Formats: sequence, C-alpha cells, structure tokens
Amino acid sequence: MSQSLFEKVWEAHAVKELSNGQTQLLIGTHLIHEVTSPQAFGMLRDLNLPVAYPNRTFATVDHIVPTDQRQEPFADPLADGMVKELRKNCEETGITFFDLPSGKQGIVHVVGPEQGITQPGTTIACGDSHTSTHGAFGAIAFGVGTTQIRDLLATQTMGIGKLKVRRINVNGELRPGVYAKDVILHVIRKLGVKGGTGFAYEYGGSVFENFSMEERMTVCNMSIEGGARVGYVNPDEKTFGYLKGRPYSPSGDDWDKAVENWSSFASDPDCQYDDVVDFNAEDIAPTVTWGINPEQAISVEENIPTVEGSNESDKDLVAEALEYMKLPEGQPIKGTKVDVCFIGSCTNGRLSDFEEAAKYLKGHRVADSVKAIAVPGSQIVDGICREKGIDKVFEEAGFEWRGAGCSMCLAMNPDKLIGDQLSASSSNRNFKGRQGSPTGRTVLMSPVMVAAAAVRGEISDAREVFGVGELVNA
Amino acid sequence: MALEKITSVSGAGVYVPGNEIDTDRIIPARFMKCVTFDGLGEYLFYDVRKNENGSDKDHPLNDSRFSEASILLSGANFGCGSSREHAPQALYRYGFRGIIAESYAEIFFGNCTTLGIPCFCAAKEDIEAIAASIEADPSVEITLDVENERIRVGDQSYTAVVRETARKALCEGKWDMIGELKEGESQVAAVVGKLRYMAR
Ligand code: SF4
Repeated sequence: MSQSLFEKVWEAHAVKELSNGQTQLLIGTHLIHEVTSPQAFGMLRDLNLPVAYPNRTFATVDHIVPTDQRQEPFADPLADGMVKELRKNCEETGITFFDLPSGKQGIVHVVGPEQGITQPGTTIACGDSHTSTHGAFGAIAFGVGTTQIRDLLATQTMGIGKLKVRRINVNGELRPGVYAKDVILHVIRKLGVKGGTGFAYEYGGSVFENFSMEERMTVCNMSIEGGARVGYVNPDEKTFGYLKGRPYSPSGDDWDKAVENWSSFASDPDCQYDDVVDFNAEDIAPTVTWGINPEQAISVEENIPTVEGSNESDKDLVAEALEYMKLPEGQPIKGTKVDVCFIGSCTNGRLSDFEEAAKYLKGHRVADSVKAIAVPGSQIVDGICREKGIDKVFEEAGFEWRGAGCSMCLAMNPDKLIGDQLSASSSNRNFKGRQGSPTGRTVLMSPVMVAAAAVRGEISDAREVFGVGELVNA
Repeated sequence: MALEKITSVSGAGVYVPGNEIDTDRIIPARFMKCVTFDGLGEYLFYDVRKNENGSDKDHPLNDSRFSEASILLSGANFGCGSSREHAPQALYRYGFRGIIAESYAEIFFGNCTTLGIPCFCAAKEDIEAIAASIEADPSVEITLDVENERIRVGDQSYTAVVRETARKALCEGKWDMIGELKEGESQVAAVVGKLRYMAR
C-alpha cells in the first residue's frame, strides 16, 4: 500500500499502543538544550532512573549564552548556572555536549543538521517547538515539553497521538527577491496560525525541489508557527549531498546502504494525504508581519490592514495588534521606522542567509539611527563566515558581528529590545514582548529584507533598495 | 506509580479574554532562567499584569474578586508558540487546576495533560456565558466533569470536548505515562535493534 513518509517513519518507530490510545513512539535522536532540560534531569533523579540511551541524546547551549562576552563566568549568574548545570548533567550521564569550548556550539536546530545528526527516516525530538526544522531532511521531528524530555531520557520513547498529513505544494518559480522566509510567511498568512493543528505538513512541488537544504530548513522551522507540530520535505539527492562527509553521517560501505534506506522513506507518488493545498510561487511577494502573530503578515507593497476591513472574527485581534504595534491602519507598511535590525536565529542564521545578505550589503551603510546585529547560528557558521570575509562585509556596513546563539530571537540573554523599539528581524516569532521588552515590537522578514531595513532605517522593499534580482540573475 | 484519577475538578473561575494567547505571554522567557520550575507561578502573565516599575496593570488576575480562582477561561488557540512546559507549570503553580478555552495549541495541550490539568474546549458563546456568571458572582463554583465532558456552573450545564486520549488518561489516572513507557523496555529494544542508525 502506498504511504507517506510520515506514515512510514511512524510505523518503523511505533513500539506499542498505550492504554490512553496514544502510541509509544521510539525517538531515535533526542536533542537537548539548557533551558528545558534541567528540570527533566531533576525529575529523573527524583525517580532514581538512569538515562536509557545516552548515545542517542545530544546537547548544546544556545538560548542564554551572551553573544558578545563569551568567557565564563557570564555576567548573569542565572545564565552561568544554567550552562554549568547542563555540563554537569551531560558529564554524569555520558551525553555528548557541543559545549562552548568545542567550537561546535550553536542553536540546537543549526547544530543537528551541521553535524549530520539529523538524518532522513528518523524520529527526532527536542524540548523546543522549532524542532520541526529537522523535517527538512525527511525526519519526523517533534517539539516536546519537559516532562516528555524526562520520558525520552528514561526510555528513548514518548506517548503521542498520530497526526494527519497535509501536503502543501508550491509550484512555479519564485520571483527575484522572494526567499524561503517569504514562502513560509505566505503559507501561514493563508492557512492561519491554527490551520496546522493536528497535522504534519509535507512540503513539495518545484519550489521545494529547487530549494537548498538551508532554504528547506527555513520553511520547516516555521511549521509550528502555522500550528503544525511537524513539517518535512521528502529526502532527495540534495539531502544526501548535504549529509555526505558530516561528522555523524555514515561513511564507507555504510553510506550507500544508508542512502538506499533513506530513499525508501520518501512518500510514495500515489499516496493519499488527508488534505492537499496548492500555492503558486508567482503569487508570493517579499512578506513582512505587521502584527503580533506570524499570520498577521502582508506583502511589503501592501497597506497595514484596518479593523473595519477585517473579518468579523479577526476584528478584536487586529485592533489589539494595531494598538500594540502602534502602526497606523490603512497606511503602507513600507516606510515604517525601525530601531533595531537582527539577522540570525534558527530560521535564518545559517551560512546562506549571511552570504545572501552580504552580497547586497556590500557598499552600503546601516542608517545612523539603527542598531544592527548579525548573529551566526553556530560557531561553525561563524567560522566559515570569517573565512569568507562575510563578517567584514557586515562590519563595514555597520552591523555588529556576534558570537553564536539565539540572541535577540527571544529574551533570555543580554540582547534585548528597549522600550517600544521596533525590530526588523529574521527570526520566527513576533509575539508581544518576544524580543525582551514588554512593549518591544517585532516585524518578521527575510534576512535580505532586514538588511534593506537597516540601510534605509525603515521597512523597505529590498528589491528597490538593492536592485535584488538584477544581481541574482547577473 | 499510582496517580490520582482526575474525573472532575471544581473551583472558582477567572476569564482572561483574548485569542492566540501565546506561551511567551503566559510566562515571558526572561523568567525561564532557572533550573527548577519552583516559583514560576509568581511570573504568570507577568508582562500583561505588571508595569515596568512592578505596579499592577488592569488585568483579571490582579482583580481581588478573582483571587481564589482555580479554573481559567480564555479564547482560541490558547498556549500557542513555544513548547515551554514552564507555561503550564506557571499556571499550575499559580493555582490553576483546569482550563476552558475555544481551542489549544497542540504542544501546550499535551504538556497540560501530562501535569494533570484538564483542558476543556467549549463554544465561544458558552465561554462568554460562563464569564458572565463569574462576573455576576466571582465565587460561583465551576465544575469540569472530565468523565462526562460537561461543564457545570451553578445550575447551568454546558457541553465541552476533552480529547479522547486526554480524557482517558485523566480519568484512569494515567496522565503521567512514565510507568507505562518503562514497562515497554524490551519492546523498545526490539524496535531499536531494527533501526540501523540507532547502532551509532
Ligand atoms: S533561535 Fe529563537 S526560535 Fe530558535 S531555538 Fe533559539 S530562541 Fe528558539
């Protein structure tokens, strides 16, 4: 019988049905970080349980690390304590830790793929909602809570109900200056932030076939913002090409066997999906958010919505968002003054993100009124950018180039908005207070659009600022 | 490990209106710099409850009429965003034992169930009617009947939906799965043995 990748992976990892009707699912690869794991280790100690498969859990530290001062002890004793706690937990249990001195530290969703730990046909879980990122490799990857982290440490399994699968096709050709970030913001805008509840999103169509692995990761990363706990792309030659030669990838004879095995997990061409949605690539524009959730997004050429013109059921939320964002309804979003520009995060903090932005930033200057920071997603991304001189391009343009971490994606380290500053951000969440100030405002967009906003000091169409597209095709 | 069977929870209620209330709002990230969940209750909804100088904002949880509430009412897609269990932990530690909302984000729903917090889905009109009853009498007792998927408020009764897996888990005292997962150890080992990547 034809099956989707989701069903094949599920079947290969299902252990048994639990008494509540959920499935006990084996999670082959467990990733942990400093924020959501210490309580789980505490619970294990209370129950006197060992870690069952320490070789299948991998740790790194990302949320709380300062991106400027990298030496320990950190100025913030709470942050310092959290790193030490994770280090201790890993030492005691034999879990591999990509620690700060290892040169391999970074955001957990950047590190997993980079090390070749993220592989097709596997199950992955992490106490972090953006675990969906790893689906770019044809893995089924779940974000989980801390009690489930405990379950995973103790048994390498968790209880979970099976998801339905929605196939999302994006066919055609993206217009110049339109990026993976715009694709996912467009999908969420159309299907809504709750649209994916109960579903795994399978992304396909010519746009995904042509996408690099990093672009696929950007889209899968934000599946959760559309309510889908899991998002994935079927593995193909690009997937295998990316994985070849990585530290945790199979090698020698094992490699060919692994590729054969990985290929067998791809969805069968005639499999049945619970739902199918089609998008035209040509309809997607450079997209920015204007509100307080990722569904509240418009093309950069559009006007900010009005309460009056919104659906009856959305009116309250639109009004709440407009008030919080202090944006004038019905006016163009373009031209909105920005105070801070941030390129980084597990959505857009990879090599290609910095490369692409640097290509256009060259020869430009960040506006005097703007504080701009570029934060690589891992120490390895940082190293490659330095080798290629990308850090210098950013610095010469007036960006600060920082050390690897989550940085200004969320407010757990010193990188924070102040007061009601407005931030143009390549991250994934524009929730109230997300970037560290209870009144701070976030506008999500692609890294090149953030670069354009930095140069102009206002939300801008990168295609106009840089002539994006002309250069791409040159 | 014998767990309490949660067939119903009762208590006074409080209505925190709004859709898409995300976990960053329930517990802002800066309060997650901790290695235990103790003390999180204090920071529940912090940024919408407190001004920057620490004084109170106008918020239902700051209204002394609702200080005894243990049932929380809200809107659609409650608990969206981050997977942080810090959010249900903060709700629990603040004193909430049950939630009524139009709908929930998935990870949040699962996290609540694992802590033994029933999450009821109810119609918008019913939530508003219950909110009106609370407004009229903040001490009115609200009962979440998990077994029969009903909400009782005084002499009124409303239908609700509790996802079947959660309903069973709560009613049978199996909301914390660790015991059952551990029992499957040998079956787990068998599945592990079949997967090549697990050998590395
Ligand atoms: S970069 Fe942001 S979204 Fe990604 S793991 Fe870090 S805090 Fe979470």
